[in-house]
Amino acid sequence: MQQSSYIIEVHNVSKHFGDKTVLDNINLNVKKGEFVTILGPSGCGKTTLLRLIAGFQTTSEGEIRIAGKEITQTPPHLRPVNTVFQKYALFPHLNVYDNIAFGLKLKKVAAPVIEKKVKAALKMVGMTDYEYRDVDSLSGGQQQRVAIARAIVNEPEVLLLDEPLAALDLKMRKDMQMELKEMHQKLGITFIYVTHDQEEALTLSDTIVVMSEGKIQQIGTPMDIYNEPINSFVADFIGESNILNGIMIHDKKVSFAGHEFECVDKGFGENVEVDVVIRPEDVYIFDPSDVAQLTGVVTSCIFKGVHYEIVVQTSEGYEIMVQDYHCFEAGRNVGLLVKPFDIHVMKKERSCNTFEGKVIDDSHVEFLGCSFEAPAAAGFESGEKVVVEVDFKDIILQDNEEDGELSGDVNFILYKGDHYHLTVVSDWGVDIFVDTNDVWDNGDCVGISILPESIRLKKLQEDAE
Amino acid sequence: MIKKIFAKGYLWLLLALLYSPILIIMIFSFTEAKVLGNWTGFSFKLYSSLFAGGMHHSLIDAIINTFVIAFIAASVSTILGSIAAVGIYNLRSPMRGVMNFTNSIPIMNPDIITGVSLFLLFVSFGVSQGFTTVVLAHIAFCAPYVVLSVMPRLKKMNPNIYEAALDLGATPFQALRKVILPEILPGMISGFILAFTLSIDDFAVTIFTIGNEGLETLSTYIYADARKGGLTPELRPLSTIIFVTVLVLLIVINKRAEKQKKE
Repeated sequence: MQQSSYIIEVHNVSKHFGDKTVLDNINLNVKKGEFVTILGPSGCGKTTLLRLIAGFQTTSEGEIRIAGKEITQTPPHLRPVNTVFQKYALFPHLNVYDNIAFGLKLKKVAAPVIEKKVKAALKMVGMTDYEYRDVDSLSGGQQQRVAIARAIVNEPEVLLLDEPLAALDLKMRKDMQMELKEMHQKLGITFIYVTHDQEEALTLSDTIVVMSEGKIQQIGTPMDIYNEPINSFVADFIGESNILNGIMIHDKKVSFAGHEFECVDKGFGENVEVDVVIRPEDVYIFDPSDVAQLTGVVTSCIFKGVHYEIVVQTSEGYEIMVQDYHCFEAGRNVGLLVKPFDIHVMKKERSCNTFEGKVIDDSHVEFLGCSFEAPAAAGFESGEKVVVEVDFKDIILQDNEEDGELSGDVNFILYKGDHYHLTVVSDWGVDIFVDTNDVWDNGDCVGISILPESIRLKKLQEDAE
Repeated sequence: MIKKIFAKGYLWLLLALLYSPILIIMIFSFTEAKVLGNWTGFSFKLYSSLFAGGMHHSLIDAIINTFVIAFIAASVSTILGSIAAVGIYNLRSPMRGVMNFTNSIPIMNPDIITGVSLFLLFVSFGVSQGFTTVVLAHIAFCAPYVVLSVMPRLKKMNPNIYEAALDLGATPFQALRKVILPEILPGMISGFILAFTLSIDDFAVTIFTIGNEGLETLSTYIYADARKGGLTPELRPLSTIIFVTVLVLLIVINKRAEKQKKE
C-alpha cells in the first residue's frame, strides 16, 4: 500500500441525477492544511462535489479517499470531516452551548472536557459569553460564527464550508473572510470552501478550483488563475477582462483588434487562431500620441470608487474596457497601450462547431436530432456517418423558438470586443457555439437555424476496433 | 352605518341559529325537569346524579370507553402520522404530491363511507368486531390529520439540520431523535389533541365497527338511548361537559397554531 501525502483524493468521480450529469469525471487532490476553494457559477456542481466529500450524497462513479482511507460509501457520521452550511443549520431548540457541544456529547466526551472545548471554540470565533443565548436571538454573522465553532470543536481533519458567507452583508462578509483566514492558520486543518464569489476565492485560498458545468476548468493558485487563465470561461469568470479573437502569427507575435502586438507567449505554432485576454487594469490610457498602439474614442466612463471604468471604442471597431485612476470623459479621443507581458494568449478550445451526423440523401443530413438541407451531402452515400462542421457566425438565432429548425437556451455569453460568443444548449443537451452581434440574455429561449450552404461535411474517421 | 348594523345583525343571527341547540341543552342542564323544555328552577341535581353512578352504570362505562379509545387511537395515530409525515417530506417532488393527495382522501371522505368500508373490511377478513376494531378504525381516520399538522413544521425546518446532525457524528436514528423530533414536537402535540377530539366526537365510524358485544361509546350510547324513548335527562349535563371540553381543546389548538405562525 502506498501512503499518499494528500488528505483528500477525488478520483474519476461522476454524479448523475437521472439523465443529468452534475459532475463529470472530477479529479482533485488536496494537500493537508491547504485552503482550497471550489469556485464556479451556480449550478456548476461545486456544492454537489462538497456534499459527496461530506457524505450526504454518494458518487455515481469513482472513488473518494480521506486521509488515505477509501470512504466513498461511508455514511457522513463516520467521516472525519465537518461542514459549515450556507444557512447555518443551527439546531433551533438548543442554545449556543448545546449546539456546539452536540458533536462532543455524541462522542461521549466527559462533561468538563466538553465545557473546556466549547469555551475554547467560542473564543476562537469571538463569541465568548454567548453560551446560554438562544440561537434565534443571534444575528446572521453571529449564527455563522456559532456554526463554525460547532464544526471546529470536533477537531475534524477537514472543514467543509458551503458558501458560508453568502447570506451576510458585504461589510460583515469582509470581516468574516479575514477571520476565516486567521482561523485556518491557527487551526492548521484543511479547509474546503465552496463559493461563487471570485473575489472571496482570490482573497482566501491557497488553491482555487474553477468549475463549470460539472467539469474542473482549472486548478491553480489565485495568482495563476488570475494571470494565466486557461480558457475564456475562466478569464471571464475571474475578474474583469477583455477577451478578443486573435491570431498567433509566430512566437511572441500576436495579432488582434486589427493590429500586431509583441507578447511573451510562445509554442502555439504559426498563424493559429487564439483567444487573447487583457485585464482592464493592464491597459494604459492617455491622450493620443505616437506611443499609442490603438486609438479610439471613450464611450463611457464610470466612477467605481478607487478607479474609473472606461470603455473605449477603437478606430477598428473593438470595445476595450480600461481601468484607470484618472477620468477620461465620454467622447474624448485617447490612445491605448498594452505591455507585452500583460497580453495573455490562450489556445482556442474550438474554431468551429462540430457535430456527429448522418447523411439522409444527396441533399439532406441529420444532426442535433433534426434534418437539415445541405448541398454538401451530394458527395456522400446515404446512411453514411459524417462529421458536420458549422462556423460560429453561420448559426442564426431567432427570437421565436418556432422559427428555428430546433430550439435551445442561451447558457453562457462572452463579449469578444466586437461581437458576442454565445453558448446555446440545444434541447438535446448539445452545446452550440454562436457568434452574433445581437444582444441576448442568459436563459433566453431561442430558435436555431443554419444556412444550407454553410454546412460542411467530412468523412467520419472510424476508430480501428 | 345601516349597512354595518345589517352585516353585524346577519352575523349574530347566523351564530344564534348555529349555536342555539347547544345553548338550549346547556341551559336546561341546570334544571331538574325530565322533559326538555320545562324549566323547574335552577339546580345542579342532574350534574350530581350523572356522577353519582348506580343507575347510570352503563353511561359511566361508555364515558370510560370513549376516553380510553380516544387516548389509544390518538397516541398511535400521532406516532404513525408523524413517521408518515417525515417519510412524505423526504420523498422526491412528484411522489410527494401523490402521497399528500392520498393522505387527504380519508379526510375529505364522508365518515359514513369510511365506516361502511371499514365494516366490510373487518367482516370480509372475519375479524370479530369490538374494542380492537373501534381503536383500529379510529387510528385509520385520525392519522391523516396528524400528518397534516406535522407537515408544516417539517416544511418550516431548515433542511440542512438533519444533515448537520449526521455531520457532527449522529447516526440517522440519533439525528431523528435529537434534532427532527424536537422540531416537530409542537406539531405532534397539536396532532394528538386533534386526533383525541375527533375520536371522542366520532359516531359514524364507531357505530359500524363496534360490533354487538355490548360495547358502547358515548355517541353510540346516546344514540341508543334516544331511540329507546326520550333522552335520559343526565345526557344534558354530559353534553354540556363534552361541549366545553372540546371547545377548550379547540381553543388550545388554535392558540398553538397562532403562536407557531408568529414564530
